[in-house]
Amino acid sequence: MKNSKQPVGAHYGWKDWMIQRVTAAVMLVYSVLILGFFLVHGTVAFADWKQLFQSQLVRILSLLFFFAVFYHAWIGVRDVLMDYIKPFFIRLSLQVAVCLFLIVCSIWTVSILWSN
Amino acid sequence: MSPHTVSSPKNRPKYYDLNLRNLPTPGLVSIFHRITGVAMFLFLIPMALFILQTTLSSEAGFASWKGYFAHPLVKLIVVGFVWSFMHHLFAGVRYLLIDLHIGIAKAPAQSSARVVLVAGLVATAVFAARIW
Repeated sequence: MKNSKQPVGAHYGWKDWMIQRVTAAVMLVYSVLILGFFLVHGTVAFADWKQLFQSQLVRILSLLFFFAVFYHAWIGVRDVLMDYIKPFFIRLSLQVAVCLFLIVCSIWTVSILWSN
Repeated sequence: MSPHTVSSPKNRPKYYDLNLRNLPTPGLVSIFHRITGVAMFLFLIPMALFILQTTLSSEAGFASWKGYFAHPLVKLIVVGFVWSFMHHLFAGVRYLLIDLHIGIAKAPAQSSARVVLVAGLVATAVFAARIW
């Protein structure tokens, strides 16, 4: 690369812009894998579905996927709020609400994946 | 608060054209990327988790969702979210390529935007044909 800026410094690049793209790549790979599972199985029965998520590897990959979704959603929705919501306290409240909602979703996801 | 947060006092004219037909194709891809992202955040994330929970918790929960998905109206909603997902995905891949300086000239950027719009619709049509 002829550009001098390499986005690997502590406070450069490895931030929202890069996270948005890395999480996107994670979601893309997982989506292709899940699509493959459905294409291989045709119609999925409860037993197949249950068995899939009993695998520790699938649970970990699924958690990685969902964390990628939540972080990606946080950056995206925050940017949208920054574009359209100008009053300070409304924007702050909505951002806090989004953030808390996604944290709750993260905890919920862990409980779903490891409780069956 | 720093003085930078205070917006410019000058009232500059704004020319909003909200008619989507007047938007160039890359602009359409962009606004749909945004709308589908927000829609998936608001509805798909909680629904997907809820469906994952109930389908994994018991055979009856799995069967009840299988029943819901057989309903034409539910199928229509699912097809809508499949389009949201596929459009968001293809538009995102296009942005990743643009980040890598692939297709940043005007002509390829316009044709790749058309490819994204068509690919999202085709993928959705294939899915819809499969479930109907």
